[in-house]
Amino acid sequence: MTTSTLSRTTDTRRPTTEETSERRRSLRGRRRRERWWAALFLGPQLAFLLLFTLIPLGFAVVLAFMKWDGLGEKSWVGFDNFQTQLSDPTFRDAVLNTLTLGLITVPVGLALALLIAMALNNVRGKTFYRVVYFLPVVTSSVAVAVIWQMLLASGDLGMLNNTVHDWFGITLPDWLNDPDWVMVAIAAVTIWSSLGLNVVIFLAGLQSIPAHLTEVARIDGAGPLRIFRHVTLPLLSPTIFFSFVVAVISSFQAFDQIYVLVDPDHNEGARTIVYQVYDLGFKKFEFGASSAAALLLTLMTIVVTLVQFRAQKRFVHYES
Amino acid sequence: MVTAIRRRIGTVALHTLLVVGGLLMVFPFIWMLLTAFKGEGQMIQDPLSWIPDPWRASNFPDALDAMPFGRAYWNSFYIAAITVVVTLLTASMAAYAFSRIDFPFSRSLFVVFLLTQMVPTQVTLVPLYVMLSHFGWIDTHLALILPAIANPFAVFMMRQFVRAVPIELEEAARLDGANRWTIFTRIVLPNIKPGMAALGIIVFLGSWNSFIYPLIFLNSEDKFTVPMLLASFKGQHGGLDYGMLLAASTISVVPMLIAFVIGQRKIINSMAASGMGGR
Repeated sequence: MTTSTLSRTTDTRRPTTEETSERRRSLRGRRRRERWWAALFLGPQLAFLLLFTLIPLGFAVVLAFMKWDGLGEKSWVGFDNFQTQLSDPTFRDAVLNTLTLGLITVPVGLALALLIAMALNNVRGKTFYRVVYFLPVVTSSVAVAVIWQMLLASGDLGMLNNTVHDWFGITLPDWLNDPDWVMVAIAAVTIWSSLGLNVVIFLAGLQSIPAHLTEVARIDGAGPLRIFRHVTLPLLSPTIFFSFVVAVISSFQAFDQIYVLVDPDHNEGARTIVYQVYDLGFKKFEFGASSAAALLLTLMTIVVTLVQFRAQKRFVHYES
Repeated sequence: MVTAIRRRIGTVALHTLLVVGGLLMVFPFIWMLLTAFKGEGQMIQDPLSWIPDPWRASNFPDALDAMPFGRAYWNSFYIAAITVVVTLLTASMAAYAFSRIDFPFSRSLFVVFLLTQMVPTQVTLVPLYVMLSHFGWIDTHLALILPAIANPFAVFMMRQFVRAVPIELEEAARLDGANRWTIFTRIVLPNIKPGMAALGIIVFLGSWNSFIYPLIFLNSEDKFTVPMLLASFKGQHGGLDYGMLLAASTISVVPMLIAFVIGQRKIINSMAASGMGGR
């Protein structure tokens, strides 16, 4: 503290002319040194970003306008890859399937997480429940898919269908093989495996709400629903918004659990955009078409994210 | 009296919700454990019995013999460890530059970092594959480690923590003649340890559970990570012997779950922080 006061006193002293030019020179030298330090500190991360994200991204944009199988000749094809994708029914199905997945997992997943977080907020044994709900989050998506594949299988093998049939005599759909039901099954597994993460995020948000605010509302005679609607929800809205954006993006990028849970080659109902990217790139070796599909996904992500940021002004309440 | 009863009912309802939800979370794991002890014939019994009869423990040694899980554990562990160490160091260095050094284009460069986060990683799959095979890195662990180090989220998160380090500490050290590097290693790093621990956990879990990169970049079984080996196990042995597949699944999951339960407080808080935008 004392040192900084000292330097401030020397600064306010009126400088002589030689001193000014000397200081200017040293200032210029200091600026140059600062640039070197910045380069040193920023260099490694920037180099990795350039080499493994930005250059590949640029390369993807170039590839999207080419026809190339990875080995033979490359040739320019203009917008052909984009046109082919957009008019290809498998791509359109992939977009629809991806959107269906998002439309189920985002609202249902977040509402359930909010409900459980609110319940946990007022209950003893919070630590225990947090651990229990978090178990699927730390489990690899491959293991999650292996387990659920057998729980959801049809016929005698599937735990769920078998038990429901034995107990209630109801025959449930063949979740993983029926194209109409497979996204529901995938959505359920996705919600199961990501619920805990959203629960702990919402719980952290709820606990940062000052207790006196809800207390004041209660003294004023507000019931639990009104407190939720007018106190809790507005104060939690930035957290909900953030989780919403992340959930939408990750639903757009769904791949791992689907790849293991169902083979989208055998069930077109499970084909997502990222599966399409993988299929075109690494099974059919159409690198150009794969890049075009991936860029369309990027465009979709950016547009939807921007729309959400636009819309947040109406729904999200930020405390200044 | 009435309010007391009503509150009682509310508490019961809350606990019921939490218990039912909790059972749904735990039940698939318990089912996995039990079924891992079943023999082939017991899978298709009708009515399905939960409890194996007889218990067939040999599924575990059989699964371990069939595929190199020990090797996969080592691979996953050292890949994740290297990724964590290098990411933590380079990301906090970049975070320090962005928050404490005044240099041209600092803001626009930071915006570039933020924007790259918007790009789905899947876009770079094909170009990365082409580049990595050009370098001869396909089917090596470098293909998993190096691309994972470029991590704008990590820079963003560490920046929040660096900004919270009191600037007075840094100024005092500068007056004592310390240079930027000394300040970074002696003052900044010790003060952002909690943030680094949180980020380390996030990066570790991300690397450990990553699937699409090993799927595309690795070919040989002895290089596989744990999730990749399990997926490959399912492809090769999973068609018939479900007991053995679930034994393999148990082998791949349970050590992680035990580690999680031991470090649960720190791990959960770190992941919650990641969801709050790094704070």
